Amino acid sequence: MKRFIFVVPVIAFMVLIGFFGVGLTKDPKALPSQLIDRPLPRFALPGIEAVAGGGPGFASAVLKGEPALLNVFASWCAACPQEHPVLTRISGEGFAVYGIAWKDKPQDARDWIARLGNPYKAIAADEAGRTAIDLGVTGVPETFIIDKSGRVRFKQVGPISPEIWEAIIKPLMTRLRAEA
Amino acid sequence: MKRLWLALFAALFSALFSAMPAAAVLPDEMLADPVLEARAREISKELRCVVCQNQSIDDSDAPLARDLRIVVREQLTQGRTDAEAIDYVVQRYGNFVLLKPPVEPATWALWLGPFAILLGGGAALLVWSRRRAIRAEAPPLSEAERAEVAALSQDSP
Repeated sequence: MKRFIFVVPVIAFMVLIGFFGVGLTKDPKALPSQLIDRPLPRFALPGIEAVAGGGPGFASAVLKGEPALLNVFASWCAACPQEHPVLTRISGEGFAVYGIAWKDKPQDARDWIARLGNPYKAIAADEAGRTAIDLGVTGVPETFIIDKSGRVRFKQVGPISPEIWEAIIKPLMTRLRAEA
Repeated sequence: MKRLWLALFAALFSALFSAMPAAAVLPDEMLADPVLEARAREISKELRCVVCQNQSIDDSDAPLARDLRIVVREQLTQGRTDAEAIDYVVQRYGNFVLLKPPVEPATWALWLGPFAILLGGGAALLVWSRRRAIRAEAPPLSEAERAEVAALSQDSP
């Protein structure tokens, strides 16, 4: 019993170290979204192209009836080119991908799309960043998965890698498609 | 004389102000109404910047922090209370943006834990020291010992 008393601080220390160790493996940038299972906040945004060849933008009401990905990107974002081929593949597989160009000059976003190709069904410009705040966006890229009823079901912080698409998002999309 | 005091006071005041840490708030964000602006500053100090997470939005130069500062000011100019303005941001980003976490069932351990540990530790210490005191109490002296003590404590001239 007496011996045990002296072991207690050591055990407590080990527990603490274990606790901190687990904390180190977690990504502090990945905040839980407040929108999960809640309807997508309403917005109506202009397109990135007021000039020729441009889409007209879209409103939140478009994201209904069919499960869709809402991808927030920017031409100045470093990780977005890395994610871009995955988005191209996703839309190639027949899923609806919508894009919001966050805090981006329409011209820059347009050049970016012209260079890399357009995987989006429609692109909206959120130059002021207000819609992004309503969505709780903390950086780019971020992707929201919207179900048939227009509710947010999942949020991906950071680029969608081929692995994340295959293992998490694609099965989810398939499930959402099957939902009534 | 009065004017001199006033000048001194003004000098001291401006010195105090220039010694304050520089905030990230830019002149174009500020509200014309100094009362509202002061409230906005106080609210901004309580809200965490979600980009550079250990800074408040009042301190942070991140573009998103600027956007949030503007949002807070808009809420105030629309006549919202401080709590409502904070709630507007919390609804979008969660409790994480509050630099001071709210007291609610999920955070009871956080708020009360230190006091519980202090109380528990204090009680354990008290019990332990009591036990030790009892054990340390010496048995009463025998007759012979008492006589010896008396002999030793007697002053010999």
